[in-house]
Amino acid sequence: MIQVQENDFDLKTEYERLCTGKNVGAIVTFVGRVRDFSSDHSAFFLQHYPGMTEKVLSKIESEANQRWPLIKSQIIHRVGNLQVEDQIVFVGVSAQHRKDAFAACEFMIDLLKTQAPFWKKEGDQWVEANIADDEAAKQWLTD
Amino acid sequence: MSNETQSLNTLHILYFASLGDRLGCQKEDFTVDQAPLSVSALRTILSQRGEAWLAITEHETIRCAINQEIASEDTTIPNNAEVAFFPPVTGG
Repeated sequence: MIQVQENDFDLKTEYERLCTGKNVGAIVTFVGRVRDFSSDHSAFFLQHYPGMTEKVLSKIESEANQRWPLIKSQIIHRVGNLQVEDQIVFVGVSAQHRKDAFAACEFMIDLLKTQAPFWKKEGDQWVEANIADDEAAKQWLTD
Repeated sequence: MSNETQSLNTLHILYFASLGDRLGCQKEDFTVDQAPLSVSALRTILSQRGEAWLAITEHETIRCAINQEIASEDTTIPNNAEVAFFPPVTGG
């Protein structure tokens, strides 16, 4: 499942959603938080492209499910006004085995970082894209 | 129908994040008298609006999506399409 929302998410609730059935032997979750990009704690805003965002996230999730035998997967991304230290993104997967769960979770966040149309703005400054994120995503695309 | 009608391309264009700020424009409906119209041709047309609009020609960094799918420079833009231009994404 994918969700784009302004509201915060609850880790325990999301964890429990991934624990479905006796076959779940491994759960890997990732949480991204709003870092302090500059010294002043100015307003933080997350813009996205409604419609395309959901399409891209769904595609990333379904690709992960094609590559690895997952039991459940979940992507949640927040948008709108946020503050430093807020949770911003959740990626969680359950699988029978940990290697599949680790790989699928990393794959989803790496692709999300470079493909999903979200843009961070701190104060009146748009945050610049990170080259290291491109490199991280590329490793999956050349497989 | 006349050929004249067919050669008109009405587009709904969106400009996101820093690009929207640079252009002072977040969205517009734009009719162009050129069909078929490629992404690179649209960039050229828009760039002729003035200095700020040269930003739209930075095809290495400013991505283009047509009807919410990433497009390449030679993709033909269908009539009535939703076209989006945006800088590199920074979510997650």
